[in-house]
Amino acid sequence: MPSLPPIRPEDEVRARERRGTGAFDAPAADEPDLSLFEYALRLGDDSLILGQRLAEWTGHAPSVEVDLSLANMALDLVGQATHFLNYAGAVEGRGRDGDQLAFHRDVLDFRNCLLVEQPNGDFAQTMARQFLFSTWQKMLFDHLTRSKDEMVAAVAAKAVKEVSYHEELSAEWVIRLGDGTEESRQRMQDGFDWNWRFVPELFDMDELAREAAMRGIGADLTILRDVYHAKVRSVVEEATLVLPSDQRPILGGRRGHHSEHLGHLLCVMQFLPRTYPDATW
Amino acid sequence: MVAAAVDHGAENRAAGGRQSEAIWAVLEAVPDPEIPVVSVVDLGIVREVDAQSGRVVLTPTYTGCPATLVIENMVRGALDEAGFVDVRIETTLSPPWTTDWISDVGKRKLRDYGIAPPRGRGERSVECPQCGSAETQEISRFGSTPCKALWRCCSCAEPFDLFKCH
Repeated sequence: MPSLPPIRPEDEVRARERRGTGAFDAPAADEPDLSLFEYALRLGDDSLILGQRLAEWTGHAPSVEVDLSLANMALDLVGQATHFLNYAGAVEGRGRDGDQLAFHRDVLDFRNCLLVEQPNGDFAQTMARQFLFSTWQKMLFDHLTRSKDEMVAAVAAKAVKEVSYHEELSAEWVIRLGDGTEESRQRMQDGFDWNWRFVPELFDMDELAREAAMRGIGADLTILRDVYHAKVRSVVEEATLVLPSDQRPILGGRRGHHSEHLGHLLCVMQFLPRTYPDATW
Repeated sequence: MVAAAVDHGAENRAAGGRQSEAIWAVLEAVPDPEIPVVSVVDLGIVREVDAQSGRVVLTPTYTGCPATLVIENMVRGALDEAGFVDVRIETTLSPPWTTDWISDVGKRKLRDYGIAPPRGRGERSVECPQCGSAETQEISRFGSTPCKALWRCCSCAEPFDLFKCH
């Protein structure tokens, strides 16, 4: 029988420093990379919440073809979320997987931007939100294909092809409805009026975003902003719409300060796994 | 982004030994659950078979494709049944799957089944898989599954699925 390992002087030092943490018994595990965890959560939560929002349309869209489009886009987004959230869980190293993170966190722990949690409204409002988001996400993922984090780069490269579809499809609808009848134009304009105020948050570089960009994991969003605005402007002009004037930016989603809408969304999304915790497919 | 058109799956196959060839043969009999006329090998989602280290590497078609798990289970079942119980299944996201990896046999099978195969690079027209006419038009960008778009033929008036270029 091997005897217990000898106690080395450095073990004693560490035990004194880390009193009460059990460090004497086990060598200190590598600290999880919590910035990477948070960054992956942001990416995953954006996709998850917008995917859930789009899924709300299933069976209610204006036509069967649109119904299929919205459900398929939802599927793409939930697919992205699965990869990002599983990865976030693995990085965190506390045994949480994507499902745990999706279904067993509450509003304050979600890190998605405010734009994706905005209510669907009518079809025009949904398309305005989709266009503003997908145009941004396409640029972001293009950038993230060169991320120094292999997993982030792989998911981005996989998803960017799907996101181009989302961008094209929503831009087509913005133009078709904007440059359509008096009523469809008004509804599209209302859709932009509702969602436009949540765009500045997409480009907000807080401390974590700056750190991620500096480490080469994330993107420096400030360099994408001008191109984004030019892209949006050209579609909006073709649609004969007017962009609302810039307002005071509304921030907070990345810190868990959400609008009232997210709680209602989570109620529906999380109902089953919370009510029947052992339910499996 | 540079499209990864090189089919490393095919390259890898050419380099494998007899044991690997036997595993490829097993996988060739595993159908795609949503389009059962094509196998997982025809689709190009088998990226690597390494008999020596005992592993098979798969890649998903679309990020959110619900068939991914089903495919893994079916591959597991087929390998077990053929006696390859020790062969592990791994998945990889990189390089991302592209329709360029669908084999010519796979494309022919799709067409015979009534699904227009993905267009080659620079190819604009879509031929109706029923009557072969090039007078076709898109009805919807998205079809019954993420990988398909809905089209119709203006000559024979039949609607059909187009496997999207990806």
